Amino acid sequence: MASIQGTRRPKGIQGVRRRGIALHAVLVIGLLLSAFPFYWAIIMSTHTSTEIFSYPPKLLPGSHFLQNARSLFDNIDFFGSMFNSLLVACAVTFLVLFFDSLAAFVFAKFDFPGRRLLFVVLMAIFMVPTQMAIIPQFVIMAKIGWIGSMTALIVPAAANAFGIFWMRQYMQSAIHDELLDASKIDGANFLRQYWHVALPVVRPGLAFLGIFTFMAQWNDYAWPLIALTNPDNVTLQVALSQLNGVHGTTDYGMVMTGALLALVPLLIVFAIGAKQIIGDLGKGAIR
Amino acid sequence: MATVPALEKPPVVLADPPAVRPRNGWRKYWHLYAAISPFYLLFIAFGLIPVGFSLYLSFHRWDGLGSMEWAGLSQYQYLVSDSDFWSSIGNTIIIWALATFPMIFLAMVTAVMLNAAVRFKNVYRFAYFLPNVTSVVAIAIVFGSVFSTNFGLVNALLQAVGLDQVAWLNTPWGIKVAIATLMTWQWVGYNAIIFLAGLQTIPGELYEAARMDGAGPLQTFFRITLPLLRPTLLFVLVVSTVTGLQSFTEAQVLLQNTSNDSTFSGGPDHAGRTMVLYFFQQTFDNNDFGYGAAVAWGIFLVVVIFSIINWRLVQRRDED
Repeated sequence: MASIQGTRRPKGIQGVRRRGIALHAVLVIGLLLSAFPFYWAIIMSTHTSTEIFSYPPKLLPGSHFLQNARSLFDNIDFFGSMFNSLLVACAVTFLVLFFDSLAAFVFAKFDFPGRRLLFVVLMAIFMVPTQMAIIPQFVIMAKIGWIGSMTALIVPAAANAFGIFWMRQYMQSAIHDELLDASKIDGANFLRQYWHVALPVVRPGLAFLGIFTFMAQWNDYAWPLIALTNPDNVTLQVALSQLNGVHGTTDYGMVMTGALLALVPLLIVFAIGAKQIIGDLGKGAIR
Repeated sequence: MATVPALEKPPVVLADPPAVRPRNGWRKYWHLYAAISPFYLLFIAFGLIPVGFSLYLSFHRWDGLGSMEWAGLSQYQYLVSDSDFWSSIGNTIIIWALATFPMIFLAMVTAVMLNAAVRFKNVYRFAYFLPNVTSVVAIAIVFGSVFSTNFGLVNALLQAVGLDQVAWLNTPWGIKVAIATLMTWQWVGYNAIIFLAGLQTIPGELYEAARMDGAGPLQTFFRITLPLLRPTLLFVLVVSTVTGLQSFTEAQVLLQNTSNDSTFSGGPDHAGRTMVLYFFQQTFDNNDFGYGAAVAWGIFLVVVIFSIINWRLVQRRDED
């Protein structure tokens, strides 16, 4: 061991500290770049349009937030849209958690004829770009009469390949076969095993999927834009886009206030689940 | 792998193998099929049937209201010769490349630095991840103002250092750079977290050994970190390709005001009109459902080709 001493000179405390400071300096610059657009949105949402259009640009928050918010609420049904977004995101999250974890439990822990094939099909579906089907989806929904209602957003999203795949990966390692066998000896049937053995163990995995689903639904834009044909009954993202489309060039302060307020529920959910989602995202990706 | 929670009871040793092999049929397994059925039923109703229908549609002329007219292969013949479609492919690929390569580079640098940093790791991870959870619509609105010609921050900065202003959202390259910047900003942190997780699986002894062999930081990165990070890189590249080639919201929200007759125009000279934007324009602005369906299949083909290329590129090295 002693012989390799000196092949590389040991770093002094000083050197390590200097390197640490440089490292954090770069990381902080990155952090500021990440955060900047949020700050910029706050600046713009607190100024009048004339202030926004002036040069040099304002770099500190102004005092017109309440006025901007008032004209926002006058122009679009902000809270109505927010309610729609919440309704869709919550309903989809609940359904996805239930259906995906149930299917994942089956794929992770049981063998049955066609299991491999069905899973391959699932993975293939995972890869299919969804836009492909938007026209017929629209036509089918129009036939059933769901176009213009939130049902058109909720039902098709109620189960998905990603969630099943994710939960299956999680369950394979988290649920022990011995535990399942023991519960079977105790007389537990399939549903009891799912509810009492599987779910309690995979709660962290569910939390990730739930937060992820909620955020994805909250931010979904293309399909709601097409499916919600009544401009007065839309989700928040579509309402924001309408606002930008109509008033984008005239009242930036108001548009920016809308963008900012629409982020609030999302940021709350993210703050609650950040640790979970950031940690699990990595685990899922490296498998 | 995910951490394994501690068992509450000592494991019961059984004679049977843990997974029961199938022996007798349907009655034994119906509850398993029932449990997985919701996904497949939803997929059949809102995935398979629509996809089949869209294939059928692509051989027809239809405005969405009247009766369908058989068109044979003419929609596809037109698609192949449609210069607008080809230019939308070009736009998409340029935007994707402008966004993806800087994004992967920055994400990897960030991940390596995060891996080296001991303190505040969670603060950084939270802040870096934030852009990815915010809605593209809200962020596109913000970036629209940052890149605005008249009062945008980027131009104000250019002016401050004495450079010419650029009409970002009015020139072909400006549009692409603006969209790509938005995408890069939104995805660097997300992918850095994924790379970080990959980095953390690399055993410390390897670095220790490399250090003892006298390898410098760059050598260590290229000889140890990068090869071992290849599966993670594949994941990141595939996800970026599939999402990047189907980008829509960024360009749509950023450029929806630039044309009076279409919110899917993709800006002046259609420089920001991605494939999916073109699909929406043909379908919902022109009410050309048949041609829209053909465009959708064209997009699908492009995405598949790129996914295969990606897969090959990274996979082949694995087999060596």
